[in-house]
Amino acid sequence: MDLFSYILKRLAIAIPTLLLLIVISFLLMHSAPGGPFTSERELPPQVLANLNAKYGLDDPLWKQIGNYVWGIVSEFDFGPSFVYKDRSVNEIIAQGFPITLTYGLLSFAVAVIVGVGLGVAAAVRHNTLLDYVAVGVSIGAQVLPNFVMAPILVLVFTLWLGWLPGGGWQGPEYWIMPVIALSTSFMASIARITRSSMLEVLTSNHIRTARAKGLPERLVILRHALKPAMLPVISYLGPAFVAMITGSVVVDIYFSTGGIGKAFVDSALNRDYAVMMGVTILVGALTIFFNLVVDILYGWIDPKIRY
Amino acid sequence: MVMTSEQAVEAAALASKPRSPWADARRRFFRNKAALAGLAILVFVVGFALFGNSLAQWSNEELDYNVMGQIVELGGPSFASGHYFGTDDLGRDLFARTVQGTQISLAVGLVGALIACVVGTLYGAVAGYFGGRTDNIMMRLVDIFMAVPYMFVLILLLVMYGRSITILFAGIGLISWMEMARIVRGQTLTIKGREFVEAARATGVSAPIIILRHIVPNLLGVIAVYATLLVPLMILTESFISFLGLGVQEPLTSLGALISEGAGTIAYGTTWQLGFPLLFFCLTLFGLFFVGDGLRDALDPKDR
Repeated sequence: MDLFSYILKRLAIAIPTLLLLIVISFLLMHSAPGGPFTSERELPPQVLANLNAKYGLDDPLWKQIGNYVWGIVSEFDFGPSFVYKDRSVNEIIAQGFPITLTYGLLSFAVAVIVGVGLGVAAAVRHNTLLDYVAVGVSIGAQVLPNFVMAPILVLVFTLWLGWLPGGGWQGPEYWIMPVIALSTSFMASIARITRSSMLEVLTSNHIRTARAKGLPERLVILRHALKPAMLPVISYLGPAFVAMITGSVVVDIYFSTGGIGKAFVDSALNRDYAVMMGVTILVGALTIFFNLVVDILYGWIDPKIRY
Repeated sequence: MVMTSEQAVEAAALASKPRSPWADARRRFFRNKAALAGLAILVFVVGFALFGNSLAQWSNEELDYNVMGQIVELGGPSFASGHYFGTDDLGRDLFARTVQGTQISLAVGLVGALIACVVGTLYGAVAGYFGGRTDNIMMRLVDIFMAVPYMFVLILLLVMYGRSITILFAGIGLISWMEMARIVRGQTLTIKGREFVEAARATGVSAPIIILRHIVPNLLGVIAVYATLLVPLMILTESFISFLGLGVQEPLTSLGALISEGAGTIAYGTTWQLGFPLLFFCLTLFGLFFVGDGLRDALDPKDR
């Protein structure tokens, strides 16, 4: 099977997955105790009936699901927010998404570049001081998830040193701490994975051959060892991406960056189910898409894989 | 090849008397310095959680009216006031709170891992044992579940059904069995072709009994390894949720909730409120990761 039909086959799985995710989150929302308009203030029955009619909440369940799915599929429309009467879910997501994307991609790049660099350096200089430092750093950073890093960074760089602003989203100096907080623990994991797989690759026959034919060590590492050593790293990227998107919730809350994580938590506290579902589905779709990209990348790097 | 003294001892031991695979694993584990250090840290943390309260001079609910309102000046860690770790912003003893938080975090980790183990093992063993179409459908379902952004769904569940610790336990356990199911299924596939399973089947043992009596016991090593590695992940998940204020609710607390409180008050200069919970959080994870890695090295047949 060639790459193209492999992608088609994967899409054929991805689309039902996404539909299932939409239906499940819709049913979850529907089964929640209390409707979106049960509030501390008792609404007159007529008003409630009008509201339900406006939002289509008195339609039969299958019709509501159908409308919701159709809205997303045909117009990419996640419907109106239940709390902010004049805003749609799309507007709320569109406001935060570019921010999340900016620091998310930056964190991802930092984690991959620093992690792979550290791992390769440690493997090449195996059992030297550099190796021990790299292993130490990656073990230490493993227990520093984003919600631990965030307050530590603010304490050191904002309160003690006064170098960086403690929150907000205005210029590149506001990006530094969110990116460090989000990327540290992933950087550590990537460094560990890279180091151990690089050590394994460096003992293999094709590396011995490359060295024997007199290739400079730099080329042996970059051209012959790095590519096969990247396979376990790439399969880690999928889960790492999901975890980073999840981490954006903490970053948005702690650094007031205003990404979709904030929209999600705000809507969770306001019981704005429409926004929660919209974010959940968006993240699910991103996850599925990203896993597809990772699988394709995997096959491209390792020609032994048959789709 | 020249034998090192260690290898010589090993060879001599091999020659003298037969050892069970478990004894072998135990020896490998105790020779691993990182694992031993992790075990020591873990014993310390568990001891702190179990017996810390008998050292505390304050309970986790009492308010110290002497320091109230002057937390920054008077609430710091001191032996004189009996607040070894200082107090929180309400004047509660942080030592007792940290003991309580460690207890709850460890409990969430253990219960979550236990649920994940039971569900994942049974699911994976059933899928692997029956194979064919059953296997295909069951594992495809796992694939689909794995694409669900579970943290978001968990938050959704907590908001909808109230922020109770039961939902938290169940939710954390139920979203984390999938990796376990995959691993167990893979192992089951290799075990079910072995002679003893064939013999059991030939003598007419029913499928559920074969799975429970003959397959699952042979998977215990693998299950133990991944269970230890699951516990810190469960603690991380719980702390993440609690950091957002959606997890464990007052008067209960967890390390994540304490870190969140501490993180909220660092601007006033009460850094101990962040420092001590953070220290115990990191120690707990350190210990669990090291012990888990050590167990994997000791029990995983791949690296032998």
